[in-house]
Amino acid sequence: MSLSTDDVKKVARLARMKLTDAELEEHKAKLSGIISFVEQLSEVDTDNVEPLSSVVDIKLRLREDKVTDGDIVKDILKNAPEELEDFFAVPKVVE
Amino acid sequence: MTSNLTHQSLASALEGLEKGDFTSVELTQAHISAIEATRDLNAFITETPEIALKQAANSDERRASGKAGLLEGIPIAVKDLFCTKGVQTTAASHILEGFIPQYESTTTQNLWDDGAVMLGKVNLDQFAMGSANTTSYFGNVINPWKKRDGSNEQLVPGGSSGGSAASVAAYTSMAATGTDTGGSIRQPASFCGITGIKPTYGRCSRWGVVAFASSLDQPGAFARDVRDSALLLESMSGFDPKDSTSADMPVPHFAGALTGDIKGLKVGVPKEYRVDGMPEEIEKIWQQGIEWLKSAGAEIVDVSLPHTKYALPTYYIIAPAECSSNLARYDGVRYGLRVEGEDLTDSYEKTRAEGFGDEVKRRIMIGTYALSSGYYDAYYIKAQKVRRLISNDFTDAYKKCDVLLTPTAPSAAFVIGENDDDPIKMYLNDVFTVPSSLAGLPAMSVPAGLDKDGLPLGLQIIGRAWDEETVLRVGGVLETAAQFPFLNK
Amino acid sequence: MSALVKGETGEWEIVIGLEIHAQIIANSKLFSGSATDFGAEPNTQVSMVDAAMPGMLPVLNEKCVEQAVRTGLGLNAEIMRTSIFARKNYFYPDLPQGYQISQFEDPIVGKGVIEIDLPDGTVKEIGITRLHLEQDAGKSVHDQHPKKSFVDLNRSGCALMEIVSEPDIRGPEEAVAYISKIRMILRYLETCNGNMDEGSMRADVNVSVRKPGDELGTRAEIKNVNSLKAVHQAIDFEVERQIELIEDGGEVVQETRLWDPAKNETRSMRSKEEAHDYRYFPDPDLLPLVLEEKYIEDIKATLPELPDQKKHRFMGDYSLNLYDASILIAERSRAEFFETVANDNDAKLAANWVINELLGALNKDEKKLEQSPISAKNLGGLIALISDNTISGKIAKDVFAEMYASGKEANAIVEEKGLKQVTDTGAIEKIVDEVIAENPDNLAKYKNGKVQLLGFFVGQVMKKSQGKANPKMVNDILKGKLD
Ligand SMILES: [Mg+2]
Ligand SMILES: [Zn+2]
Repeated sequence: MSLSTDDVKKVARLARMKLTDAELEEHKAKLSGIISFVEQLSEVDTDNVEPLSSVVDIKLRLREDKVTDGDIVKDILKNAPEELEDFFAVPKVVE
Repeated sequence: MTSNLTHQSLASALEGLEKGDFTSVELTQAHISAIEATRDLNAFITETPEIALKQAANSDERRASGKAGLLEGIPIAVKDLFCTKGVQTTAASHILEGFIPQYESTTTQNLWDDGAVMLGKVNLDQFAMGSANTTSYFGNVINPWKKRDGSNEQLVPGGSSGGSAASVAAYTSMAATGTDTGGSIRQPASFCGITGIKPTYGRCSRWGVVAFASSLDQPGAFARDVRDSALLLESMSGFDPKDSTSADMPVPHFAGALTGDIKGLKVGVPKEYRVDGMPEEIEKIWQQGIEWLKSAGAEIVDVSLPHTKYALPTYYIIAPAECSSNLARYDGVRYGLRVEGEDLTDSYEKTRAEGFGDEVKRRIMIGTYALSSGYYDAYYIKAQKVRRLISNDFTDAYKKCDVLLTPTAPSAAFVIGENDDDPIKMYLNDVFTVPSSLAGLPAMSVPAGLDKDGLPLGLQIIGRAWDEETVLRVGGVLETAAQFPFLNK
Repeated sequence: MSALVKGETGEWEIVIGLEIHAQIIANSKLFSGSATDFGAEPNTQVSMVDAAMPGMLPVLNEKCVEQAVRTGLGLNAEIMRTSIFARKNYFYPDLPQGYQISQFEDPIVGKGVIEIDLPDGTVKEIGITRLHLEQDAGKSVHDQHPKKSFVDLNRSGCALMEIVSEPDIRGPEEAVAYISKIRMILRYLETCNGNMDEGSMRADVNVSVRKPGDELGTRAEIKNVNSLKAVHQAIDFEVERQIELIEDGGEVVQETRLWDPAKNETRSMRSKEEAHDYRYFPDPDLLPLVLEEKYIEDIKATLPELPDQKKHRFMGDYSLNLYDASILIAERSRAEFFETVANDNDAKLAANWVINELLGALNKDEKKLEQSPISAKNLGGLIALISDNTISGKIAKDVFAEMYASGKEANAIVEEKGLKQVTDTGAIEKIVDEVIAENPDNLAKYKNGKVQLLGFFVGQVMKKSQGKANPKMVNDILKGKLD
């Protein structure tokens, strides 16, 4: 299957990546190629097969409910592109 | 002297340090000089000579006071995907350029706790996405091997852990950490003529390793020989309560598995790995490997992994899907690059457009598409179902054999730029490594010989889950038989 | 506004489903070890995991799982033996990972049912669709700077239970009753403090309208409804908006709307409007959560008596009416207080004193029951004195006031002030005789048939005895003497 320009636009938007028209077209061609490639899977009979999401054959471990972390505001903000009064600052969000 | 120091094995360096033949500072300085002399390989993104020399001095003190760890005083390189406290960690991306973690990944911490010395952070494909180390924001890594025809063509080191493999092959580190999601340790090991092992998924903690595809990512080890790989892997391994997918299993003394004895061991040869268009030389080296193991007393068994051909398409749904979500955190709010925009959404879109390279964008988009409503069942769920079939293939095969022997990659190292225009062609590099990744199995590449151009070819040994020891044992036997002509030896 | 509303084209039925987000009471976050206290300094309760630094991984908090199971049992719901954490992907500055770890197809708790008590005294069952565990987001502050929003991640990663109801709710009163009951259950279970002011409990309201008997209409989801009053107002507004829209030939669109308490209206959230595709998939950093039957049984064994059970028991064992029972069970501590007061006493009298006197007085002083100057035991002591005729109900009120002021025991006050009721027939007769003697005119009127004057004579006797004479005895003796 090949992707339309709109498909590529939609995924780029969902993934929050601004693409120029030229980039959109270039990605469209390559993405279509990849999608066609992965579509071979449709020939595999997977009736009655359970999806496999993890290969680790262990039970999910649970953590004790203890405060063991936090109180490291300087470390948390260390790499912030912009910080103000111990907050991360971003362009104003209007709802 | 310098060349003697860098050109020995890790194991012999440990002996030399213990005997007092040289100090860790001397050993480390020799490697620092080697790094400086080989900067044209572009293996390192960040060199950390000051840290290395300080760690080495501390190590010498520890050794003097009788407190030597497993890797005491050994200078190593760290793939720049492992977060290192106070040292820039980029994942070879623009978006993380300048990012300085305030924490240390569990696996690298294990190394430092065992006395290892950090030479620096090595290059890789951006966010570990690639098979040639040509997607790094910090430039291509160059394979230290050259074709024997005298042409000075620059070859890829493989990827994504290309910097790790190139550094170890070029004697600028004694060993290096890597990560393997679909072959990112084994394929570059094969291309650079060294050993590389990806352990069972869950053996090494992923905590502090920049995530690509969480259900597949697994740290592992590069070294020139099997024993050294075993030593590095042993140090990196172990249960980590901070990683919910880390297994609470005892870590064996891996090097102890290198007994050289594989008598009666059943080695499976999967017929589906004979793919169309595979160079004859790959087939030849595979046959050679089979013969070597047979002469060492192993029993060769034909096995079938019927869903092998679907492993790559499965991988190219699952890995991008997970990556599209894992890389959502790079939004310019808390760390990394921020490109200002008209509003927040615009800022996100510009930041991510500028911060990610094309291959990363491509995979994010494929993954986003595969997870999006209307396509989820047809792509993602379908891929997970096929993943189970692939995993079941291995389970069935291991009813008949103890390990599998396959080629590591369908070709030797190629010229930089060769497969760049066709993603599928690039993806085919991983055709032999991806199936075992999908099944979470331990697998190793051992250099087995050279092709007609004089370039290294590796053989892959795939083991049962948690049975790295058999993998290493078989690797050791192959290595002994192959007498691989290391670079500059 | 009730369940049916009149429009121009006839009656409309209101259909409401609620999603309640309740913050779990736990020391640390759902997937990290940072603290969860309310009101901490910005970004002080944030770990590298909560800030979604590269390479950070979630590890599930056992307490949060236990709390969710407890709550599920309290909602009479099915506890799922296997549940799965999934990622809900979207971009927002207070969502550091770029996804929320939640549960989608396989929640920890399945279908359940609770009773709600309606203002008209009837009881209705509301179905629970599911309860799932998920992470809270951080908080964006928009009013600190002209051009910037500030992001505080203290709340990022706190554990939430999202409780989703069936669309069984038929009007704003039922919606309020439902939220109140959920809140009550959570507080009984001590799984959430139910504090809507601090955002520990938040409701998203799904509203649609339809002609009775029709299929479900298209719903709008209203967010930011942070009090019971707001829930009521938001539903009223939204119902009217939808009916008008449809009756004017328009169509309700499925969308997220924001309740604006200042303007008293709901409005479309443009930022969320663009087709949301959350791309849920199982979180590969976590494994399925598997619960053993024994684990669930062990939690079940520790459940307290729940509000509805308690209400039914109070109505049965203590013969209380629904109204009194409902008031007394509203808080677990209140019910316990009442039961201590009622211990060995007349339960109806106890209910009366707790509800009318004590809660009334506390309410006037804006005090909580926990701050009551009168302990349950002491209030029980006072009621015992009434029951055994040591003091009259009237004196009891004075004693109560004194107890409330000083915290002393009833007995001590009665002793100290000599308030013991006079039950000695001779003593009462003596006063009665005096009063009759002092009021010859009224006596004559009484004898002439103005029997209502009995009250006057009782009053005089009580006054003369300083309220201490047993009123029933006074009545009996007076009647004997006058008739
Ligand atoms: Mg919801
Ligand atoms: Zn929710």
